[in-house]
Amino acid sequence: MIKFIENVKKFLMKVKNSIKNFFWDIRRILNNIKRRIGKFLDKHHLNFASKFPGWAKALIYLSPALAVLAIFTFWPIINSFALVVYENYNMSNDTITGYTLFGNFITVLTDESFIVPASHTASSAVINTLIIVFISVPISVLLALFIAVALNSIKVLKGFFQTIYFLPYVTNTIAIGLVFAYMFKTDGGLVNHFLSFFGVNTEGLSWVESGAVYWRSMFVLIFYSIWASLAFKIMVFLTSIQGIDKQYYQAAAIDSTPKGRILTKITVPLISPMIFYILVTSVIGAFKIYNAIVALFGVTGQPSGVDYSLQSIVMYIYQFIDGSNAGNLSVAAAASLILFAIILVLTLVQMQASKKRVHY
Amino acid sequence: MELRLENLTKIFTNRTGEETKAVDNLSITIESGTLVGLLGPSGCGKSTTLFMIAGLVKPTDGKIFFGEDDVTKLAPEKRGIGLVFQNYALYPHMTVYKNIIFPLENLDVPREEAIQRVKEMADLVGIGDLLDRKPSQLSGGQQQRVAIARALVKKPKVLLLDEPLSNLDARLRLQMREEIKRIQRETGITTIFVTHDQEEAMSISDKMVVLDFGKEQQYTHPQKMYNSPANLFVAKFLGNPPINIFEAEIKKGYLMINDKKFVKLNIPDGVYDIGMRPENFRAHDEGFEVDIKDIFHIGRDTMIYFQFNGINVRALVDSDNVTIGQKKIGLTIKNERIYIFDKKTGKVINHD
Repeated sequence: MIKFIENVKKFLMKVKNSIKNFFWDIRRILNNIKRRIGKFLDKHHLNFASKFPGWAKALIYLSPALAVLAIFTFWPIINSFALVVYENYNMSNDTITGYTLFGNFITVLTDESFIVPASHTASSAVINTLIIVFISVPISVLLALFIAVALNSIKVLKGFFQTIYFLPYVTNTIAIGLVFAYMFKTDGGLVNHFLSFFGVNTEGLSWVESGAVYWRSMFVLIFYSIWASLAFKIMVFLTSIQGIDKQYYQAAAIDSTPKGRILTKITVPLISPMIFYILVTSVIGAFKIYNAIVALFGVTGQPSGVDYSLQSIVMYIYQFIDGSNAGNLSVAAAASLILFAIILVLTLVQMQASKKRVHY
Repeated sequence: MELRLENLTKIFTNRTGEETKAVDNLSITIESGTLVGLLGPSGCGKSTTLFMIAGLVKPTDGKIFFGEDDVTKLAPEKRGIGLVFQNYALYPHMTVYKNIIFPLENLDVPREEAIQRVKEMADLVGIGDLLDRKPSQLSGGQQQRVAIARALVKKPKVLLLDEPLSNLDARLRLQMREEIKRIQRETGITTIFVTHDQEEAMSISDKMVVLDFGKEQQYTHPQKMYNSPANLFVAKFLGNPPINIFEAEIKKGYLMINDKKFVKLNIPDGVYDIGMRPENFRAHDEGFEVDIKDIFHIGRDTMIYFQFNGINVRALVDSDNVTIGQKKIGLTIKNERIYIFDKKTGKVINHD
C-alpha cells in the first residue's frame, strides 16, 4: 500500500515535471521565433518599433482605453456643452427652435424645485444635496477614521470585524435601501419598536412613509448614506494606517505621548494624503447622490402626502431624460453644467485649503 | 544612573508553537555614566535586549533595575529613557524643531524652558541652523543628530541607541562615532549602544557585551576583551583580519604544529583549538619555520599565508622582514598571545 502511494506520488511528480518542461520548451520556441522575426525585420529595415517616436507608440497602447473614453465620456461632455445652447430641443424629432446662450441656465435657476423652493414645496434639489453633502461627508469621514483606528488597535477578531465593516461595500445599494425603508417603517419598523422601549410614543411616528416630517426623512437619508459609504473609507484608512512605520508609535510611546495626541499629531498627518483623497472623492460622490434616494423614497424622491421632495441635483437632471419632463435635454445639460461648476469650485477650494495640512 | 539586568530572558513563540530564545539569562550591570556597547552578529538578541530595557518588548523572565527601582513592569513612557532608532523614526511631517520639542510637549515643562532646551540640544549636536527644515531635507548624518537631540532633550536617565550608524556611509560613520562619544561625555548620561560592527563597538564603548544566541559571552573593556577573549566565539568575532583558529595536539607539554614542537605550554596533554591573531606573529630568524604559500605586500605590513596542521593561517608581519619571493620564514609569537580553547565548550584555557 505504501509502495503504491509512493508510486502514485512519483508518477504525479513526473507528470508535473513534463508539464513544466512542455511550457518551458514552448517559451523557448516562441522566443526563438520572436528573435528570428526581429532579425528578419532588422535586416530588411522593416522594424517599425524603432522607427516610431515614443509618443506614437504610447498612443497606440493607449488607444483602446482612449476610444472607450472618447465614446462614453468625452463625446457626452462635448455634447452637453452643445446641448446647452439649443432652444426648446425636442429629443423625439431632433428639432430646435433656435439658439440661446443663457436661456437654459435661466430656466434651471428659476425652476421652482432647483434652487429656491416654491411656495407649494418645502425643499429644492440644491438645498437637499447641499444638506446631504455637508452633513454626511464630514460625519462619515470622521467616523471612518475612528473606526479604522479602533480596528487597527484591536488584536482579537480583527479579521472578523474588518469583514463586518466591509460588508456594506459588497451589498447592493437598492437592497440596503429597502432594508432601511423597512427598518424605518411607521408600523412595526425596527426603529420605532426600539424607540418605544424608551417610552417614546411611536404612534404615527413616520420616518419615510406618508406624513413624514422633512428632517426625519432627511435624517434617514443621511444616516443611510453615511452607513453605505463607510465601508470603503474604513478600508482605505485602515490600509494606510497599517502602512505607517511602527517605529513612529514606539518613539511616541517612549516620549509618553497621550493616545489623543498620537492620533492627531502622528496618525492623522501621516495618512493626510489619503484623508484628502477620501474627502474630495466623497464630496463629489455625495453631490452625485441618486440611488440612495431612489431606494428609500422611490423615483420621485417624495414620501406620499408631503409637500416637499428629497430630490437631489442628479435626480433633477434625470427627470428631463426619463421622467416627468422627459425630452428636454437642453435643460438637463444646463443643470449638469451647474453641478459640474459647483463640484469644480468646491474641489479647488479643498485643494487650496489642504496645501498646508496635507503632508506628502 | 546604574542599570542592572538580572536573568533577563525573552522567548518568542511563533504560530506553530516553536520557541526561540532571543535573550537567554542575561545578567549585567552597567555603571552610571558609562557607554556600553551591545555587540553581536545579527539575530543574537541585542536589539531585543535594548527594546526590553526601553519597555517596548516585555521580558519573558528576569528583572530590569534602574538604580534601585525595579522597572520591569513599567510602561516605556514612565522609564525616563531616550531611544534613537535604527532608521531614526523622525516624524516626517514635522520640522526639526517640532520633532525635538515633541517629547517636551508631553512633559510638565514651561514653554520658555522647553524652547531653551531645544536650542541647547540642537547646538550640542550641531544642527542649530537646521531647525526649520523637514527631515526629508536633511542628510543621513543630520537626521541622526536630530534623532539624538530628540532623545536627549527630555533629559533621560538612560540613552539607548539601536544601531544608529548603520544607515550612514563609512566616513560619516567614523565622524558620528566620535560625535556620539563626545555628546555622551558632555552629558554624562548612561548610554547603551547596539551594533554589529565590532570595530565601531570597540572604538566607542567604555565596556562592551558580546552576545551570541542571546547568551552573554563576555562583558569587559574592549581592549581587554580583544587581548584575552573568554571563549572561541569572542575570539573569532573580534579582530580584522580575523583570528587564525586551528586544531592542534599538546604532547608532553609541547604544542605540536606540523609535527614539530612549536612551544612549551603548561597545560595537560590533549587536542585543543588554538587561536593566534595574525598581527601577533613576529618574523624572527630563530623562530618556527614555515613554508610560505602566498604573500601579499600591503604597504607597511605584509600578509603571509601558510599552513598549520593543514589549515590556512595568516600572519601580518612588518614588510622590512620579508623580501619578495621569499619561500620560508621563521615566526615567533608571545606565549600569552596563544589562545587555547577547550574543544567541547569553546572556553579559553589559561596557560603559563
